[in-house]
Amino acid sequence: MTTMPLLEARRVTIRFGGLTAVADFNLSIEPHELVGLIGPNGAGKTTIFNMLTGVYAPTEGEISFDGKSTAGCKPFEITARGVARTFQNIRLFKDLTVLDNVKIGGHIHYTYSGTSAVLHTNRFHRAEDEAEERALELLRIFELEPRANDYAKNLPYGDQRRLEIARALAAQPKLLLLDEPAAGLNDRETRDLMATIHDVRDRFGVAILLIEHHMELVMGICERILVLNFGKTIAQGTPEEVRSNPVVIEAYLGEPVEAV
Amino acid sequence: MKSLPWFLRDLIYLAIFVAVLLAAAYGLDALRFPGIAYYNRIIVLIGINITLAVSLNIINGHAGQFSLGHAGFMAVGAYFSAFLTFFYFTNIVEKYPAAQHPLFVVALLAGGALAALAGYIVGLPSLRLRGDYLAIVTLGFGEIIRVLILNIEKIGGARGFSGIPQWSNFFWVYFFAGVTVAVSWRLVRSSVGRAFLAVREDQIAAEAMGVDTTKYKVKAFVIGSFWAGVAGGLFAHYQMYLNPTAFTFLRSFELVVMVVLGGLGSISGSIIAAIVLTILPEVLRMAKEVLHTDKDPRMVIYSIMLIVLMLTRPQGLFGRRELWQVLARRKDTIPTDKRDEGDADDKLDRDAAPPVQ
Repeated sequence: MTTMPLLEARRVTIRFGGLTAVADFNLSIEPHELVGLIGPNGAGKTTIFNMLTGVYAPTEGEISFDGKSTAGCKPFEITARGVARTFQNIRLFKDLTVLDNVKIGGHIHYTYSGTSAVLHTNRFHRAEDEAEERALELLRIFELEPRANDYAKNLPYGDQRRLEIARALAAQPKLLLLDEPAAGLNDRETRDLMATIHDVRDRFGVAILLIEHHMELVMGICERILVLNFGKTIAQGTPEEVRSNPVVIEAYLGEPVEAV
Repeated sequence: MKSLPWFLRDLIYLAIFVAVLLAAAYGLDALRFPGIAYYNRIIVLIGINITLAVSLNIINGHAGQFSLGHAGFMAVGAYFSAFLTFFYFTNIVEKYPAAQHPLFVVALLAGGALAALAGYIVGLPSLRLRGDYLAIVTLGFGEIIRVLILNIEKIGGARGFSGIPQWSNFFWVYFFAGVTVAVSWRLVRSSVGRAFLAVREDQIAAEAMGVDTTKYKVKAFVIGSFWAGVAGGLFAHYQMYLNPTAFTFLRSFELVVMVVLGGLGSISGSIIAAIVLTILPEVLRMAKEVLHTDKDPRMVIYSIMLIVLMLTRPQGLFGRRELWQVLARRKDTIPTDKRDEGDADDKLDRDAAPPVQ
């Protein structure tokens, strides 16, 4: 393991007008780490994802990936550097096939000029064959191969969630950001997903940062958890530490009633 | 064929295509019956409209950028190629008649290149806009081009540009229509085309997948306007006369109607819609005689038919699929696969009235 963290966010703050959505956020992720980010609704979790992926620029503070600052990078540039993500409200390319969705996920690795594409040069065939092979391999891992030629919109909800992860992995990221991957899944699907996420980390050697409401999932697989409330980090540590932290319990369940 | 080097394989395809076109051209030439010139003219106009519709489909259908300025790009290509042939190339051809066809191709490609440059210039700033806003900017651009041409005396201004040599013919028109279709077909089945589709489907997700959305939008614009420019050149050298009034936004609308009617993103849809919508106004000339009126109800009927079509098939003739995909799905009318349930699009496909003609 390198001494340098894969991702480092230092004193990151973002304000929208008068509202401070995230204040003084610090995070460091080592390669292969599985970190959870939890907190009540509106705590600023997705805003943090959007800053990490370059959708928003932080008002203050600095984010660096692989030792280099990501300031001024557009989302597609950050993806090219090794950060891939999924979305809270699934954003698949609905009218494209499952296979094409995953191929687009690998876009940065299989580019060639339009001229190559039109003339069907050897370069085109090599890149396309490889893209196809890699995409099918990912679909096999996620057990979506039989649906490869279906439109993404025709998949059942749980499959769509998994397809989003497969698509993000096609970019061959070093860090995978999962925004509420278990949202809308039932208990069985959630347990399957937990196993999948764990498996993905080991198989692809990626670090994973995941946002989740589902406590069982977060506590079950994350090695480290950050708890956010009103844009501030109120606790962090191992699942056990976080679980027993009174500040966290207060944030989730409200203040304990004082005995009179 | 796959074992051959790519350039050899493509050369063989090209040779076959050219041979078929030449045979068809000579066949058409050999036909002699009254009114043949009229039919020839419609056939050529169909070819030009196919090129225009397929190229617009790259921008509107594949990349999902609603452009209403295609007539503007066409005008740039038409006037520039005509300018080149009229002022420079005709002199050369008088001395060396054999140079006509190569010089014509040069003029067409030059017209396409200038149209592509125009597409790039318009594309860069305006592609920050989405949907309606982009449509309005491109509409404005098309009008700016027209007004500019109207004020350039050298190329005729409001009087129009006459004396352009008639170098377009069936062969060249369909040669370029074929090339445009092939380019568009191969493009959409490549990483470039997938990037176009990703931009159309979801820009935010496309960016997150590493697709430089601005770059691909501009690319689509440049490619689409290039072929519009080439089609403009073919048009100019067929009509032998250009007038700015031929390139108003109505012409752009006509092309958008073709693309939407065929189904946004469907190449075969664009081709068929281009054919149908070029023939339809001609066929409707009969309406005047059938209805025994003095007034020509042609455009009224044409409009009504378009409205009815759009109401019954809002997704266009083929939706986003190609002709054969739609036909293949029609064969099994009984939904045997569970995945078809709840797919509103597919249900529409099965229930809707068959396409016109």
